[in-house]
Amino acid sequence: MNSKKVDRIATGVIYLLVAIVILILVGILGNILIAGVPHLSWHFLTSISSSFEAGGGIRDQLFNSLYLLVLTLVISLPIALGAAIYLAEYAQDTWVTRLIRTTIEILSSLPSIVVGLFGYLLFVVQFGLGFSIIAGALALTFFNLPILTSNIEQAINGVPQTQREAGWALGLSNWKTIRGIVLPAALPGIITGVILSAGRVFGEAAALIYTAGQSGSTVDYSNWNMFSPTSFLNVMRPAETLAVHIWKVNTEGIIPDVNLVSAATSALLVIVVIIFNFGARFLGNWLYKHLTAAKVK
Amino acid sequence: MSKHEQDLQKVVDQAIAQQKVPHVKFKKIDPESVDLARLTSQSKETRQERWGKGLTFLAIVVIAILIVAIIGFVGVHGLATFVNNKVNIFHFLFTSSWNPSAGKDHVGAAAMLVTSFAVTLLAALLATPFAIAIALFMTEYESGKQTRLLQSVMELLVGIPSVVYGFLGLTVIVPVIRTIFGGTGFGILAATLILFIMVLPTITSLTVDAFKVVPKDLRQSSAALGATRWQTIYHVVLRAARPRILTAIIFGMARAFGEALAVQMVIGNAVLMPYNLVSPAATLTSQLTSQMGNTVMGTLPNNALWSLALLLLIMSLVFNFLVRLIGKKR
Repeated sequence: MNSKKVDRIATGVIYLLVAIVILILVGILGNILIAGVPHLSWHFLTSISSSFEAGGGIRDQLFNSLYLLVLTLVISLPIALGAAIYLAEYAQDTWVTRLIRTTIEILSSLPSIVVGLFGYLLFVVQFGLGFSIIAGALALTFFNLPILTSNIEQAINGVPQTQREAGWALGLSNWKTIRGIVLPAALPGIITGVILSAGRVFGEAAALIYTAGQSGSTVDYSNWNMFSPTSFLNVMRPAETLAVHIWKVNTEGIIPDVNLVSAATSALLVIVVIIFNFGARFLGNWLYKHLTAAKVK
Repeated sequence: MSKHEQDLQKVVDQAIAQQKVPHVKFKKIDPESVDLARLTSQSKETRQERWGKGLTFLAIVVIAILIVAIIGFVGVHGLATFVNNKVNIFHFLFTSSWNPSAGKDHVGAAAMLVTSFAVTLLAALLATPFAIAIALFMTEYESGKQTRLLQSVMELLVGIPSVVYGFLGLTVIVPVIRTIFGGTGFGILAATLILFIMVLPTITSLTVDAFKVVPKDLRQSSAALGATRWQTIYHVVLRAARPRILTAIIFGMARAFGEALAVQMVIGNAVLMPYNLVSPAATLTSQLTSQMGNTVMGTLPNNALWSLALLLLIMSLVFNFLVRLIGKKR
């Protein structure tokens, strides 16, 4: 066999493997969307889930997912932003810094079930919070922090050094330069990073089943008192999210329409993640165009 | 007034006395009104700087405390099996009788360890050729539109939540395996196929990075010697990118090893030593997921589960260590 033939065969094999992967993805997406979207009615989105009959919806799970997402971002964004600024702007290359970077890497590669169990141990058992939204949000924060930090650090590192020098030349302190020049320039990248991590948080279940719990309490959406046990804003109530709901109805398998409910919920999750993915890209590009003088790459 | 400040006062006085530029108004800064305290104290900027640096460092400290707390808590609870319940650690690692509620002689995690490693290795073995093919396609064969399309395909695969993969496995893969191989359809094969799709994007994107850092000169030199594209890829690009590809595979394996829900939904959850690929089994993560809620804190069955969690944590650290080791050799 001469080398030209080998080259042609190798090319063929590579194209074949790529085609297979694309087919798999089309299959996956098609399967989820075709099975789920027809069942994704307004009624399904706005009625409460049933624990043993067919015909339940996902109203509470949908709200819980969004509420947890917001709480998680509120807690994790300031910490991640601070850590990223320190790592990108202040940290010198010492053993302390290297240790911290290693720590963040380890945290990002920890299995989410371990993070969830830690949250269970610390908040649910040790602090006696019980299965609650706040325990879930904190567990999700741990899960989210390392990725968000490195995303933001990358965005900050992407700001040209000349911008900082311009700030210093104006007599601004390092901190003012960061706040007034570097952060605004890095904003598109930061927002993209936040949205992408939001997609991850939205679909996460393993960290939640033992922190936010696998059941929901009766929720009253007209009760705005955060401390009332029936209020939808109460952070101490147990809350099942969409992803946990899929897992639970499949492992327990009590409701008769489990496949329909899971297919529709899966479709909703995937649609939301797709929106997050594309939204992050579009918003990032748009902000980049409007906030900076640079051209979009 | 300290010596230093007296010196400073002297310098200021002298400077004002020797002032020769006529248009500067002296009246405003005559020696008596020079506020030394203000001159020598920190400026607003310095204070802000210190605040900012302190605040951001605090965030770092929070993360560091967090990781120490995780390792500490899981470590203490995981070791309780061996310290409080006096389970032999070798017994735990190398026997496969798992029924902790029956006493300390039935705490053997070998079956779950073997299953965890089996699904991880098989998924990585299956995913690597595909990942390398896609990465080659994106870096060596096509550019522009096709590459961007594949890139977004991969990003979508990453974005799909793991329970959705589990549900797909349950409704698509498990029935197919059941019709082809008989049995229940649950088992290592189903878990492997699910994990294959889940780790594929991880390995691919890191492999793409690996190919991108191979210098263009190497490819051009190879082409100048008359090598075909495949010869260049096989003898030059793959060789130069090998350590980074290995890192990519380890990252993929770390992800597969720690994946909980998707695996738990398709593996069958029977703690048995797997004897073939389609017999129900259990991994460390699946056992943790399905049993943690059924045990009481502080009892042996619960402690045994925490030991599994500790094993997971240790494996995660080992994967990290391996990545570092390969990185250093490079």
